[in-house]
Amino acid sequence: MIGLYHYLTVAAVLFTIGVLGIFLNRRNVILMLMAIELILLAVNINLVAFSAYLGDLAGQVLAMFVLCVAAAEAAIGLAILVIFFRRRGSIAVDDVNRMRG
Amino acid sequence: MIAAFAFYLFATLTIAAAVAVIFARNPVHSVLWLILAFFNSAGLMLLVGAEFIAMLVVIVYVGAVAVLFLFVVMMLDIDFASLRSGFTKNLPFGVIIALVLLGEIVVAIMAHNAGPAMAGREIPDSNVPNIVALGQLMYSRYLLAFELAGLILLVAMVGAIVLTHRSRGDLRTPNISKQIRRRPGEAVKLENPGVGQGVEL
Repeated sequence: MIGLYHYLTVAAVLFTIGVLGIFLNRRNVILMLMAIELILLAVNINLVAFSAYLGDLAGQVLAMFVLCVAAAEAAIGLAILVIFFRRRGSIAVDDVNRMRG
Repeated sequence: MIAAFAFYLFATLTIAAAVAVIFARNPVHSVLWLILAFFNSAGLMLLVGAEFIAMLVVIVYVGAVAVLFLFVVMMLDIDFASLRSGFTKNLPFGVIIALVLLGEIVVAIMAHNAGPAMAGREIPDSNVPNIVALGQLMYSRYLLAFELAGLILLVAMVGAIVLTHRSRGDLRTPNISKQIRRRPGEAVKLENPGVGQGVEL
């Protein structure tokens, strides 16, 4: 039967894929943001699974807050991306260190 | 039996779509794979009875976040081929990091499995629907956090608008303060010009 650990395993694999995506696509900010969304999704699955199997609804409330923060983060991240592209004409992260001074 | 089948279907599709997100060559395909991953994880959440969160994932992630990603990917004219140049260089290091992380999480799960820190119990059979219970909790005990979440969304909205707004020089916009300062007494002026003389404007 499907138990808590099945869900935890799925979330762990999803989290790892997200971290791997951040490391692999070091130059592409859009893919890095998508990988962050995957990580937050894994966290949400964990929260919901614990909430269901411990019989406590607080986990689902927390999952909703994580969802809210994820949406805000995506909006701000993409806005920064758009102005960065407008200024530089590329979205390679390697160029960001030129911003100092 | 059918629940187990549904779980394995959703879990496999979620993980496969997540792998496709980070390995797809075309970012538009990446976003579409991301949408598939979101849908399947919503199915996973439905299976444990969290209907509201599942619907929220579909509405917020697929309806808002993924469309935002798609919009930005298509709006910016980016040469994505050149961005993949570091891909193979970063591959060994990234895989090592990912495997170490996965191992740590698995050890943590096994430690929890060996002796649960919290007494796990099955979800109680309640006659209150999931969304009703969630709403009662959210508007009573977590009211402050709920308001703060709304504030975060407001700040994100204002921030995104302020960041991307640019004033263009070629637009003729009305002067709001001048329009508001206008009074009826100054709007109309009576003149009595003499014969052969015009009116000075």
